[in-house]
Amino acid sequence: MANDLFNSFMSGPDENGRFGIFGGRFVSETLMPLILDLEAEYEKAKTDQSFWDEMNDLWTHYVGRPSPLYFAERLTEQLGGAKVYFKRDELNHTGAHKINNVLGQIILARRMGKTRIIAETGAGQHGVATATVCAKFGLKCVVYMGAHDVQRQSPNVFRMRLLGAEVIPVTSGRGTLKDAMNDALRDWVTNVRDTFYCIGTVAGPHPYPAMVRDFQSIIGKEAKEQMLAAEGRLPDTLVAAIGGGSNAMGLFYPFLDDKDVKIIGVEAGGRGVNEKMEHCASLTGGRPGVLHGNRTYLLQDDDGQILEGYSISAGLDYPGIGPEHSWLHEIGRATYVSITDKEALEAFQLSCSSEGIIPALEPSHALAHVIKIAPELPKDHLICMNMCGRGDKDIFTVAKYLGFDMSDTEGRDAD
Amino acid sequence: MTRIDAKFADLNSRNKKAFVAYVMAGDPDFDTSLEVVRGLPGAGVDIIELGLPFTDPMADGPTIQLAGQRALDGGMTLDRTLELARRFREGDDTTPIVMMGYYNPIYSRGVDLFLEQAKEAGIDGLIVVDLPPEEDEELCIPAQKAGLNFIRLATPTTDDKRLPKVLQNTSGFVYYVSITGITGSAQAQAADVGPEVARIKAQTDLPVIVGFGINTPEKSQSIASVADGAVVGSAIVNQIAEGKPVAEVLAFVKTLSDGAHAA
Repeated sequence: MANDLFNSFMSGPDENGRFGIFGGRFVSETLMPLILDLEAEYEKAKTDQSFWDEMNDLWTHYVGRPSPLYFAERLTEQLGGAKVYFKRDELNHTGAHKINNVLGQIILARRMGKTRIIAETGAGQHGVATATVCAKFGLKCVVYMGAHDVQRQSPNVFRMRLLGAEVIPVTSGRGTLKDAMNDALRDWVTNVRDTFYCIGTVAGPHPYPAMVRDFQSIIGKEAKEQMLAAEGRLPDTLVAAIGGGSNAMGLFYPFLDDKDVKIIGVEAGGRGVNEKMEHCASLTGGRPGVLHGNRTYLLQDDDGQILEGYSISAGLDYPGIGPEHSWLHEIGRATYVSITDKEALEAFQLSCSSEGIIPALEPSHALAHVIKIAPELPKDHLICMNMCGRGDKDIFTVAKYLGFDMSDTEGRDAD
Repeated sequence: MTRIDAKFADLNSRNKKAFVAYVMAGDPDFDTSLEVVRGLPGAGVDIIELGLPFTDPMADGPTIQLAGQRALDGGMTLDRTLELARRFREGDDTTPIVMMGYYNPIYSRGVDLFLEQAKEAGIDGLIVVDLPPEEDEELCIPAQKAGLNFIRLATPTTDDKRLPKVLQNTSGFVYYVSITGITGSAQAQAADVGPEVARIKAQTDLPVIVGFGINTPEKSQSIASVADGAVVGSAIVNQIAEGKPVAEVLAFVKTLSDGAHAA
């Protein structure tokens, strides 16, 4: 059979939810029957046209898809090399790619008769998307958010509350995204009958990594068609930022078998990967371990205790990464690099001044890598970068870093 | 025959229910923790569950979470946990020790090396919360081959269809989780637990021990009366958290074991 000659990168995970050795179902027995139910329901939905009809209708009329593929002309000129395109997922309703996945999971939850939705959130984007869709469908929504993140992302906390969600600041552990995920799992284990856990990234026990990837793959599918329409060929390089890795997986997945397309994931390098764990670069600075239901690369000490990552971006501040990325890293289909806070902030400002786009700090990391590589590449080299979120939520963080005093009514620089 | 099998044979011959106590290794520090563990058999504890501290105990409530943090902050490691078991074994060769925790510290050590070290330290069984039967190849099967019991959790969500899969590679005993929830939260009710235990016993000859939501001598007795024994964890760990002297902690444990043994 002709197809067998071609070893596809898109066939994972296997029936045990594994991508190579990564992934799996490392959960307590209480949750196991629930994730088996979810898997069965998702398998049914996947081939059910009415499910996708509902998704497509909402993607079009509620989210505003397809998101544009935009040629960043001035930035391209300034960099003087490769032609840079942005996939504009920051233009989605709620301001990021997160809602692509949330819609899918909430439609599934409704099909399963679940009435209460829980979610974890770091920067708040997934929490806002979940609260939004729950409001639309009249579902009860509870969002777990690290106490530290509640402080640094207060606009999103207010947004979620406006949308009717209950936001629970998590103080267990160190009060960050991983602790929020722990508490969401604890909630789920306690409220097994009526509750659906809407995970925000391509991590967690099977089927979440595959399911979230499938919902986010709309990004890559559109990008592929749009690039063909704009340039008559596929991009040469894809670049996306990675915390858990859902926007990246969404862009990458439809291109995995297009072997001439180079794929680059950008992790958060924080204050630098070589310093003492002041970063969130799981692939560059971690090793395989088991956390939150899956085996993947993790930041951990020699004894297998999980370490806190650090990044200026709350959305990248997670000590793990989706298992499919770990697999793509090990087999070499994708390349993973890291970008420091400082480089991301420079890219943030360049996007504002050159393109009139205020990016979120997460895609600012991706852009920083584009800024590094584009000048060395030929002018006919096509880069497609996922602009996965807008920066409204980050302006306070950036102002602080740049020394701009937001309380100064005359808007003077603090220095 | 492992120490666990021998213990149940002995309890059966005396027509007694088992009392199982959980403490976190290294909480609040190595020496105090060792003193507590050494005192448990004298306080009527039949089987010791020794918690292996982990940063992200996703099935545990605040009491066990904080105990793990105290232990880790005090420098507890997998090696020190094994050392604690070893030191206990020097003075007690019969009380079974079951190590209870999460997979990553074990995976990080390497399964084969860990099993060798655990066996050498006198550990008899393992409860690893985040390894359901779907992941048996990881640790369960290698542990059985190495002669360690692998004790599985059965829960209210484990229905009859799934139960055989859960029981298949379980040995030593079955740990029935009395509630859907985390440790130290809701109350276990004997009226709910009894039929569940019977449901499990219809499919296995292994003893069924019940844990989660048991925190008083009365609960210990009422739950043990409908099962083969009861586990108490958070209530004991709370005493340690309050800084009670070891003798007082053990006196409390004695009231709980008396409860189970009166069943």
